[in-house]
Amino acid sequence: MPVNYYIFLSVALFCIGVVGVLTRRNAIIVFMCVELMLNAANLLLVAFSKMHHLALGLNFPNLASEAQIFVFFIMVVAAAEVSVGLAIIVMIYRNTHSIDVNFLNRLKH
Amino acid sequence: MNNVLQIVWLIPVLPLIGFLINGLGRKNLSKTFSGFIGSGVILVSFILSCWVFIQVKNGNTHVAHYYDFINTLSLKIGMDFQIDQLSSLFLLIITGVGFLIHVYSTSYMHDEEPKDFAKYFAYLNLFIFSMLLLVMGGNFIIMFIGWEGVGLCSYLLIGFWFKNNNYNDAAKKAFIMNRIGDLGFLLAVFWLIAKTNTTDFHQIFSLVADTQKNPLSTFDITGITLLLFVGATGKSAQIPLYTWLPDAMAGPTPVSALIHAATMVTAGIYMIARSNILFSMAPFTQSVIAVIGLATAILAATIALKQNDIKKVLAYSTVSQLGYMFLGLGVGAYTGAVFHVMTHAFFKALLFLGAGSVIHAMGGEQDMRNMGGLKKYMSITHITFLLGCLAIAGMPPFSGFFSKDEILGEAFKQNPLYWGIAVIGALMTAFYMFRLYAMTFLGKFRGTHEQEHHLHESPAAITFPLIVLAILAVVGGWVGIPEIFMHGGHRLEAFLEPVFAPSNDIVAKHHLEHSTEYMLMGISVGGALIALIYAWSKFSKYEKTTAEETGIGKILSNKWYVDELYDAVIVKPRQSVAAFLNNVVEKKGIDGFVNGIGKGVNYSSRQIRLLQSGQVGNYVLLMVIGILVLFIIQFFL
Repeated sequence: MPVNYYIFLSVALFCIGVVGVLTRRNAIIVFMCVELMLNAANLLLVAFSKMHHLALGLNFPNLASEAQIFVFFIMVVAAAEVSVGLAIIVMIYRNTHSIDVNFLNRLKH
Repeated sequence: MNNVLQIVWLIPVLPLIGFLINGLGRKNLSKTFSGFIGSGVILVSFILSCWVFIQVKNGNTHVAHYYDFINTLSLKIGMDFQIDQLSSLFLLIITGVGFLIHVYSTSYMHDEEPKDFAKYFAYLNLFIFSMLLLVMGGNFIIMFIGWEGVGLCSYLLIGFWFKNNNYNDAAKKAFIMNRIGDLGFLLAVFWLIAKTNTTDFHQIFSLVADTQKNPLSTFDITGITLLLFVGATGKSAQIPLYTWLPDAMAGPTPVSALIHAATMVTAGIYMIARSNILFSMAPFTQSVIAVIGLATAILAATIALKQNDIKKVLAYSTVSQLGYMFLGLGVGAYTGAVFHVMTHAFFKALLFLGAGSVIHAMGGEQDMRNMGGLKKYMSITHITFLLGCLAIAGMPPFSGFFSKDEILGEAFKQNPLYWGIAVIGALMTAFYMFRLYAMTFLGKFRGTHEQEHHLHESPAAITFPLIVLAILAVVGGWVGIPEIFMHGGHRLEAFLEPVFAPSNDIVAKHHLEHSTEYMLMGISVGGALIALIYAWSKFSKYEKTTAEETGIGKILSNKWYVDELYDAVIVKPRQSVAAFLNNVVEKKGIDGFVNGIGKGVNYSSRQIRLLQSGQVGNYVLLMVIGILVLFIIQFFL
């Protein structure tokens, strides 16, 4: 399958993520959209890695698999980030009884 | 190096020590002590000056070099004191008259607080120090240090009673007018350094006198001498810078006597006499000096005719006499000018001190219209004052006759017109001096009863200097008896001969017929005598009137409106320029610019602050827009 399809898919995912972040007010959905953008990038990394791998042949296995390993790192960090982010959202809800991001327009009070 | 005159440094240093003692200890010293120190150091200086004078008279002249004041590769200016005939004569005048005035001051200033009393003597000593530096300096730079020093002391002493604002204004006026002249002096010195690479008197004058090696063109010499003369007009109160001197009468009377009559104002004459060779080589400058001197002499004399303040009359008379000295310098009569400096120092100091004695007795009254008849209360002041008046009026055999006659005679040789105008000035001198004398001492007393009750002869510390100066004013002229009366009678000319010899070689001397000389003398003395008797008879019966002056009298009593003219031509335009700069350029321009930046930053930050709404969505939107813009720039531009 040509790499174009992967690129279009990840661009579509990324745009959905951006629009979601910009338009939605629910913190959890905003959060999910952020994840969507992150994973669009991951998808792109893997796709390019695969393309690269085919182009170079199997002579340089280490070189070709770097991006795929990188993706695992990103997923680990993203998991950590998600846990922090969700914890924050939970705390916000406890304090304000709302998770509307537009409601959070000041740091004090 | 082994010359005995090497120790002349003591002469100026003693007054400096006196200044330091009185100046630093003014809070703790008693009046007696500070007066004693102040006068004592001058007395020792005077004794030393006498010794120096005798040495010089015996033919021992010397330039004492102490250390290099400025030493660069190309220019070397030494701390040099030059002792020759001219400077030793001035040393005698300064320390001698200075000592008498210090003694006089101990009594005259006795009503001051001890602190102010010591301050006064500190200033006087500093003045004497500066003046000595001025006349002893062996190059133009050392002379300039003294030149500035006397200007400073003049400022300090005119404004001595600084609680009166008018006096402060007078002091500032004197200082600023002097500064204008000083600029001319400095420019002349720079010009000299540029052309000859030295400021040393000996070197410059021998370079210039040597026609082979002379580095100065006629243009240079004319320019330098004109600039030096500008300096002299400031210090010696000549047109157009003379207006500070009458105002300087705000100072205590002994100060007027010392600084504004006997010594400081003669600095310009000393400087020109010192540089006589330069001036003799610049005939154009000489004509300028003669004309300015003559104009000043006449102008000041006419103003003096109508003044009613006793010190103002004497001040204008001083300006007028200084004009005569410049006339003498302008026609090449350097000896005559220096001679007149000397006799003028005697009789004008005497007149000022006499006036001070009168003011003292009158309890501070200076208006002659309120005096009169003081003859019977103050006999010593009266007699000495009369002698001083006779001397300044040029009556033989008093000192003023000989010196003034010498200048008049030389002026006649140069141009009979100069002589004619100068004689008219001399008649006016006789007239206004005897107007002053008659209004003050003759007739009947016109002051209040309280003043009449207080009238008394002044104490010995005041009358002693008067008597000494009166004797000098009478006999002081006898060192310069003209050739026609006594062969070899002009001992001063013989004494000063070495200083003026180079000039005398350049300027051809004419000799007048003896009959002409007698005739000139007769006319000036006769005219002065008539003016004197007229003034005597007119003003001894003076009655106080309230009538306003009219016509020419009004113009004269308003001093030809020169102050008003300067005010309108120089002061007012400058003030309006300053007001414009202050109100428009400073307030609207510079302040507006600075404040505008502040306001602009303040306003724009108020507006930009609104972008920070706290809405996360906005931030993200802006971020996305920013990224898109970056992409567009990256790919399409």
